[in-house]
Amino acid sequence: MKHRKLITLSRIITTGISNFVRNAWLAAAAMAVMVVTLTIVLFSVVTSATFNNTIAQINDKIKISVYLNDSVTKEQADELMDKLRKMPSVRAVSYVSKDEALAEFRVEHNNNKELLQAIGETGSPLPASIKITPADTSNITPIKSFLDKSENVSMQDPQAGTSYSGDRKQAIDKIAHATNILRQAGVVAVVIFAVISVLIIFNTIQMAIFNRRDELTIMRLLGASTSYIRGPFVVESIMYGIISALISIGLIEMLFIASSSTLQASSLGLLDINYSNTYFHAHFWILLGLQLIVGILIGAASSIVATRRYLKFKTK
Amino acid sequence: MILLDRVTKTYGKHATPALDRISLHVEPKEFVIVVGQSGAGKTTLLRLLTREEKPTSGKIIVGGIDYDKLKDRDIPLLRRKIGVVFQDFKLLPNRTVFENVAFALEIVGMGNYEIRHTVPKVLDIVNLRGKEKRMPYELSGGERQRVAIARAIVRQPKILIADEPTGNLDPKHAWDVISVLEKINRYGTTVLLTTHNQEIVTRLNRRVVTIQHGHIASDLASSDGYKL
Repeated sequence: MKHRKLITLSRIITTGISNFVRNAWLAAAAMAVMVVTLTIVLFSVVTSATFNNTIAQINDKIKISVYLNDSVTKEQADELMDKLRKMPSVRAVSYVSKDEALAEFRVEHNNNKELLQAIGETGSPLPASIKITPADTSNITPIKSFLDKSENVSMQDPQAGTSYSGDRKQAIDKIAHATNILRQAGVVAVVIFAVISVLIIFNTIQMAIFNRRDELTIMRLLGASTSYIRGPFVVESIMYGIISALISIGLIEMLFIASSSTLQASSLGLLDINYSNTYFHAHFWILLGLQLIVGILIGAASSIVATRRYLKFKTK
Repeated sequence: MILLDRVTKTYGKHATPALDRISLHVEPKEFVIVVGQSGAGKTTLLRLLTREEKPTSGKIIVGGIDYDKLKDRDIPLLRRKIGVVFQDFKLLPNRTVFENVAFALEIVGMGNYEIRHTVPKVLDIVNLRGKEKRMPYELSGGERQRVAIARAIVRQPKILIADEPTGNLDPKHAWDVISVLEKINRYGTTVLLTTHNQEIVTRLNRRVVTIQHGHIASDLASSDGYKL
């Protein structure tokens, strides 16, 4: 019995493959649409990962700088830092002494020799500071209200004022918003193209079935099971899916090869192509697997639906 | 082997029934001829037996299978037990004679070796040896009909249903086909044959069931002296 099932399975697969070869031109149309669908799926996954990376990088640069009075001792500063560390909305705290601040300043203003000379003469005029990395850049209110308490305000340099990176934060919010819209648009495009490709594959299989409808009827009358009749069509459309997935991932690969030579090290605004490239190659097998799964699912689903009508038994 | 109990089949809601409370009992190994004019209900009867149609009411039991209890997914299994020779042959046009007969075996999952072994034997029975590689369009009507019979008997069914297998044939070829059916019946297969042909009915001299306007008009144990 097991043996018979194996024979039947191998017959289903060989019939499916030979039908695929016979329907090559019809299959080309179905596969073209499938390639477009899968490429959009892949493209939206990669761009989404790239945008996330960009946002994470910018967020990492956001720090709150609390400038301290020169009268504040290191012990007092440590005490304040300890309190800050215990807050859930704080991810990291670091201390920048007056000398370190000067050293940083020197590096940043390397070109301005006169300024550097003037500063060097009087010792460090810059205040020591505490740099706070917030856990969530979109919610820094708890940190702000903590720093605004009277016993803490007294430690801060009244001239320097605390920097909350306010302007940068607005820009980041805008980027995050734009990314979200792009991601949603990607999902919509994926759904639309998936539906279109299901319809076209459906149509292709319908045509193939229509050409062979007499054969299907005869098979039915001779007692062929549903899976024996439907199987070859499912195999055929799964092949569309597999080949389309391979073509699609090949296209993206070629795109990256072309872009890395022409746009080397450049980034197109928000889209960091270098990161996309790294991400694509680091996740190549997972992405290929995803492509294959989506392709196979689209193919199998549309062929099962397309054959259903011809396989029904009379119920009245 | 075949049991119909007050079977009625109506196409559409208010039409006159194609079959009206038909009761029929066929013993194993029997050879039954069903006669009747076009539209009398012969084909409907056969389509009910192969479960291409479902009766409006009544009970059908074939080879121990009660059709009321038959699930859709078991219909293929039922059809594998019944050999059918169709009026219009229903051969696959783009397959050779051999492939057409082998097809019935492929469906049930028989291995290629066994198929290569079985098909020639059956082609022998229907006198088609040497024509394995012909395509259906290269054959005469009688030869095509015999391919259809070979396909119907290759799975050694307990029941063979033949719907007007001599309908389009000249007398000589018609008789070839009938003698094949007799041969199969001698091997123990129950045969149900529908025909229009007076000569066949007379010469076969078997049980004759006449259907008229959806009713069984007569059921004679022998066709001796029977007039259509």
